[in-house]
Amino acid sequence: METLERIIAEHPFFAGLESYYTNLLTGCASNVLFDAGTYIFKEGEEANEFYLIRSGRVALEIFAPQRKPIMLATLGEGEILGWSWLLPPYLWKFHAHAVEPVRAIALDGKCLRTKCEQNHDLGYEILKRFAQIMEQRLEATRLQLLDVYAVR
Amino acid sequence: MIMATTTIDDPMLPQPCPVRQVVRETSDTFTLKLEAPSGAGGNWFQPGQFSMLWVFGVGELPISISGDPAERDRLVYTVRSVGQATQTLVSREVGEAVGVRGPFGTGWPVEQAQGRDVLVIAGGIGLAPLRPVIYEVLHHREKYGRLVILYGARSPRDLLYRKELAAWARQRETQVLVTVDYGGLSWRGNVGVVTTLFKYVRLQPARSMAFACGPEVMMRFVARDLETQGLTRENIYLSMERNMKCAVGFCGHCQYGPHFICKDGPIFSFDRLRPLLGKYDL
Repeated sequence: METLERIIAEHPFFAGLESYYTNLLTGCASNVLFDAGTYIFKEGEEANEFYLIRSGRVALEIFAPQRKPIMLATLGEGEILGWSWLLPPYLWKFHAHAVEPVRAIALDGKCLRTKCEQNHDLGYEILKRFAQIMEQRLEATRLQLLDVYAVR
Repeated sequence: MIMATTTIDDPMLPQPCPVRQVVRETSDTFTLKLEAPSGAGGNWFQPGQFSMLWVFGVGELPISISGDPAERDRLVYTVRSVGQATQTLVSREVGEAVGVRGPFGTGWPVEQAQGRDVLVIAGGIGLAPLRPVIYEVLHHREKYGRLVILYGARSPRDLLYRKELAAWARQRETQVLVTVDYGGLSWRGNVGVVTTLFKYVRLQPARSMAFACGPEVMMRFVARDLETQGLTRENIYLSMERNMKCAVGFCGHCQYGPHFICKDGPIFSFDRLRPLLGKYDL
C-alpha cells in the first residue's frame, strides 16, 4: 500500500532527503483532490500550504481588471505548487486553477514552518529545494518574456 | 527565363515546379505543395534539407522541406509570410510555377537514430524541418524506439499541423506534448516554454537521440537541458539558420564561425556548435 510517507519520500522534490525528515514532513501532509474547474487557492488568500501534484494539471493565473484571468504557466504531475507559505506575508500571489482533476499531497505550511524553525537542518533542506524550483521558474519566465517566436 | 532543358544536377539553376496546393496553417503561415520536378527521384531530399525557392521577379528564399520523404511526387514547404518575398511566395495560385533549387545541406541523422528513442523538440515554425523526421520514424516504426515530440509555440493560434499532432499522439510508442507561451481563455493545455516539458518525459539518455529546431536562444537552452538530463553532445542535433544565398558554399553569406550553414549544415551536432552558440558576433 502507498503510504503518505512513501509517496513523499519517492517524490522527486524530496529526492535524497533522509527518512527522519520525510517522517517529519508526513506529520504535516494529507491527500487532497480537486475537481476540474475549481480554484485551489486565489490571489490574496492566506498561504497555508503547498502541494505535490500527483496527477492532473494546474494553471497559475493572474487577475487583470476587466479581463478574464491570464494563464501564466501550467504545472503537472511531479511538480510543486506554491511557495508563498514559506515567506512573509504568507499570502498567495496568483490564482491556482485545476484545469483537470488534480490529485495531490497537501503539506501544511504553518506546521512545516514550525518544524523548520525547530530544526534548521530540515529548514535548510526545504529552502534548498524551493530555491531550485524558484530558479527554474524564473529562467522559464525570462525565456517566455523573450517572446522568441515573434517576428523580428 | 528558365529553360525546359535545365538539368536537375545543376545546383545553380532553378527547376520550375507548379504549385499543386496552398494550405493555410495559421494566420501567417502556409504550406505549399509543389509538383516535384521530373527526374528528382535520383536527387531526393533527406529530412532536414532545404531548397532555394525562387519567386520570379521577387527573389530567392531558403526554405526547409517539410513534407513526407516517402511522397516522391511532391515537394512540401511550410512558409511564414513575414516579408514581400514570402508573401508573394504563399500567394501563388495553383498551377503557377515556383523555381526550386536543391535539395541542399545536411539532413537529420535519422539512420544513426535507428534502434534508439527519438526526441523531436520544436519551437514555432521549427516543427516544419522536423516533420520529415516524424514521418520517417512513423513509416519505419519497428526500426526506432520511442518517439517523443515536444512542441512549443507562441499561442494556440500559432500551432502548426494541429490535426497531425493529434494523430501522431495516437501512434504507438509516441508521446506528443505541446505547450504555448501565452494560453488563451479556452486553452486547456500546457503553458510555458518548451524546456518545461522535459519533466514530463521519461528519458533514457544512453539510448536516445535528440533533434531540435527553433529560435536559436530556444535551442541553446534545449541543448543545455538535454545535456543536463544525460544526453551526450554527439547525440543532440540542432538546425541552424543564417542568410543563405548560393546554398552551395560559394558566396559566404551564411558563414557561421568556421562553417557554411548551407553546405556544412543546416544540421549540426551540438558538440560542433557548442563553442559558437551564444557568441554575440556570429
